[in-house]
Amino acid sequence: MSTLSRVQAREEALSIPLDRIDVSNPKRFQDDTVWPFFERLRREEPVHYCSDSMFGPYWSVTKYRDIMAVDTNHNVFSSEAGGIVIFDRKVGERYPNFIAMDPPKHDEQRKTVSPIVAPANLANLEGLIRSRVCAILDSLPRGETFNWVEQVSIELTTQMLATLFDFPFEERRLLTYWSDVATTFPQPGQPIDTWEKRDAILAECLAYFTGLWNERINKAPGYDLISMLAHSPSTRNMGPREFLGNLILLIVGGNDTTRNSITGGLWFMSQNRDQLQKLRGCPALIPGAVSEIIRYQTPLAHMRRTALRDATVGGKQIKAGDKVIMWYISGNRDSEVIESPDSFIIDRKNPRQHLSFGFGIHRCVGNRLAELQLRILWEEMLERRLDLEVVGDPERVPSNFVHGYSALPVRIAA
Amino acid sequence: MPRIHFVEFGGREHLIDVPAGTSVMQAAIDNHVPGIDGDCGGECACGTCHVYVDPTWLPKTGTRTTSEDELLNFAAATQESSRLACQIRMDDTLDGLRVRMPEGQH
Repeated sequence: MSTLSRVQAREEALSIPLDRIDVSNPKRFQDDTVWPFFERLRREEPVHYCSDSMFGPYWSVTKYRDIMAVDTNHNVFSSEAGGIVIFDRKVGERYPNFIAMDPPKHDEQRKTVSPIVAPANLANLEGLIRSRVCAILDSLPRGETFNWVEQVSIELTTQMLATLFDFPFEERRLLTYWSDVATTFPQPGQPIDTWEKRDAILAECLAYFTGLWNERINKAPGYDLISMLAHSPSTRNMGPREFLGNLILLIVGGNDTTRNSITGGLWFMSQNRDQLQKLRGCPALIPGAVSEIIRYQTPLAHMRRTALRDATVGGKQIKAGDKVIMWYISGNRDSEVIESPDSFIIDRKNPRQHLSFGFGIHRCVGNRLAELQLRILWEEMLERRLDLEVVGDPERVPSNFVHGYSALPVRIAA
Repeated sequence: MPRIHFVEFGGREHLIDVPAGTSVMQAAIDNHVPGIDGDCGGECACGTCHVYVDPTWLPKTGTRTTSEDELLNFAAATQESSRLACQIRMDDTLDGLRVRMPEGQH
């Protein structure tokens, strides 16, 4: 991202009429110029109505406390009525999944899978994650530039996901592929340019997993996600669309998010060398640094709700049926709650206080697994005294949902 | 000043003096008692200050609120005596309160 376009974006953000601000344009996320627009909304109209966008009309909720109020009020702000992302699909075209359900069905399905990321099982996974982190770090090339996203972020999170699904390990990159396809909003000129193409690829994902399901349903219950889904009363009778919906949820949730915090963490440290020095001098700061990385990255930029009845948020009247976007990415930069929010500070006072996992009943189920992976990665990177040099700017993905990277060029001295 | 006995998952005990009006969650955070995270800062929005209240103290700590109950529904290893520590405010009637922590917050 050039300094020029950063300056231009700031000028535009300050001069454009308030009612014409549209923070949803994926391009603003790809070129990292969305920040001054959120800054202005937080200052001048924290709950803001955009009447026209490529995703239709929507409300933006941009401040920390307002976001928390919407997120914890699931009786009024539904995840099921319109789904959890800004783009709309008709009911028959959707893939039902538990994060996009309201109670009571949400509760039952979530409880089916949550034991896999509960504290007792994380203790079992720690050794495995550490051995994989070590193998990945030790195999990185020396003296040549490589893509950190491919070699580390994707590799580590995809291996983890393969384990959680007990998915054929050698074919694990299929999971990465399906994850990327699932989070694509089809646009002309992109590899996935139509909804039909996206749906066709996801049908392949369903077919593959149906094979695994059939294999496991005939065996004793095992401790992997597919077996858990196949044997639980709340999920064993799911239709194919719902099975696929829950697969996509678990794949994206377990893959695309931590991947981007792994990349973001290295990028932030490279831009804030004093923080990296501090961390090297005191590895006890790693858990706090991990939380700060997750706040600063905000791997999912938003979650969407649909108002079931009229409601007031931040003084604005929201009508039943309105689309409400909680911009976690903006709330995490709210100076009313987070001190010096635009600074990356690994030893800030309340590092766990951030919106990246959401709040309320839909709060990220895998949050402790995400933190565990990041903690072990940083422990092993410091242990090895790896001198990683980021040799160029990251490439970002064109999405207002997955806030992430496709490339970060890195070099380790030979 | 009322006191709380915190018992870590591994059994280690911490006896903490707490000014009246402080929540049990905040008391743990302020005194660096491990085992309580309190991610949301006490808003009853995250479920990461899950504790088991000693049965003899349970009636004195009141009852779960609706949102507290919803979050505990998703916590790992929830029991009858489970509460969110941010929803218990200390006063003299709770002097000597005993709470145990689960294996982890989630």
